Amino acid sequence: MTAAQWVGRVVRPLVIVLGVVPLLVLVRRFVADDFGANPAEEIEHFTGMTALLMLLASLAVTPLRRLTRINALVKLRKPIGLWAFGYATLHLGCYLVFDQSLLWGEIIYDILERPYITVGFSAWLILSALAATSSAWAIRRLGKRWAPLHRMVYVAATLGILHFLWLVKLDATTPVTLGFVLVALFIYRLPGRAAAAPGRSGGAP
Amino acid sequence: MLIRRPDDIPTREITDESLYVTRRSWLTMAGVAAVGLLPASLAACGGERASATPGAAAGTATGGGGDEITPYDKATTYNNFYEFGTGKGDPSRNAHTLQPRPWTVMVDGDVRKPGRHDLTALLAGIGTVDRTYRHRCVEGWSMVIPWNGIPLADLIRKVEPGTKAKYVEFTTLYDTKQMPQQRSRTIDWPYVEGLRMDEAMNPLVLLATGMYGKTMPNQNGAPVRLVVPWKYGFKGGKSIVRIRFVEEQPLNTWQQLIPGEYGFYANVNPAVDHPRWSQARERRIGDFLKIPTLPFNGYGAQVASLYAGMDLRKNY
Repeated sequence: MTAAQWVGRVVRPLVIVLGVVPLLVLVRRFVADDFGANPAEEIEHFTGMTALLMLLASLAVTPLRRLTRINALVKLRKPIGLWAFGYATLHLGCYLVFDQSLLWGEIIYDILERPYITVGFSAWLILSALAATSSAWAIRRLGKRWAPLHRMVYVAATLGILHFLWLVKLDATTPVTLGFVLVALFIYRLPGRAAAAPGRSGGAP
Repeated sequence: MLIRRPDDIPTREITDESLYVTRRSWLTMAGVAAVGLLPASLAACGGERASATPGAAAGTATGGGGDEITPYDKATTYNNFYEFGTGKGDPSRNAHTLQPRPWTVMVDGDVRKPGRHDLTALLAGIGTVDRTYRHRCVEGWSMVIPWNGIPLADLIRKVEPGTKAKYVEFTTLYDTKQMPQQRSRTIDWPYVEGLRMDEAMNPLVLLATGMYGKTMPNQNGAPVRLVVPWKYGFKGGKSIVRIRFVEEQPLNTWQQLIPGEYGFYANVNPAVDHPRWSQARERRIGDFLKIPTLPFNGYGAQVASLYAGMDLRKNY
């Protein structure tokens, strides 16, 4: 089996299936009452963190592809990105229900007036646009516009980390660390370095 | 097993934990009865949660109808006590290094009876009280906790502050052996809090030495901590080693850290948001959904007059 076949037949299906693991962990911990004294808050943090980590993982695919020179790894981007969107949606749902009890007036006020909610919601909007245009049909349909649209994932990740940073009370170690990871991935992805990549250059992250 | 005056408190006066359960059901009944006596309009607008704490001055347990006491294991495992780490579960894991006995408290500043006192001696002769209070954190969660302790006002009267004493400053222990997390400089230790003298003299304020009828757990601020139920939880300094009577308003730690977000007064106020998040609602620990936050945490009848004429938006 070639490296490309290996990625297509083994790694990609594995990634698709493994994406559900955090959700299973969440359900197991919930059933076992393992989310501590404030489970609503813990579940919000858990889903938000999972979404952010998966988003960063999807951004790590291209650097990994360059390092390993296995171009087929690009096939992992879509499933990881879609899982990131799934957990971001779950995270948003927790906020809408646990924090706001679906009081839409307050939710709209929050989105418009509270910067950390504004950026978090904007990140989710971007991710939903990317998820909606992730099919082969949408890629064909959008043509040359698809790649620049999907580079917006860097904006979504930046907003996601800002969202995290702005809700932290004092200890910003974790969001700052994630910010450094994002910057490193972004620098690696800059156009000047594209020449280092074998085969087709450019394209979306 | 309250630590002050161990021979002084008859065992029969120490509330057994099971009694709190009984008391809780009694409180709920009392709350329901109280609601029945309220004008319909007041009850309809949520007056039933606005506990009038009728027994506060008499030293009995107080709490509004519908305020279920938070389970002990939750109140002792979900704590903000950065001296033992910034995670909510860190204090319960790490606070075993604290040695709350024996304990010395320095009383100084403009006071007629200053000095370094053994805590037991300092509190000797002051009658203890049990008080069940709502506890609202600035982060948007809350608990209902049965405290045991002494009214701060009684201690203040005992040490006789002078005329220049306009504020009382409370300092938490600074000892990297007992509180290893203080080696990280997230905060300019020690933790400092303060009250205006009239606030400090309000009968609701406790120097708590226990909770749920037990000795104060280390992670909750052993052996003695401040409880100011109408203010956000960070006003309640823990593991207090110094009580100083001063003329100038103390610079409390959170105000020093982020002055745009945390002030000196920190009264619970659903109408004044934290710059980054809403204070209109709170999540009672144990619940999933949030409930409305009450002005002064529901203790307005006892404390609102302290702030007559003050702009509480400016003095947040």
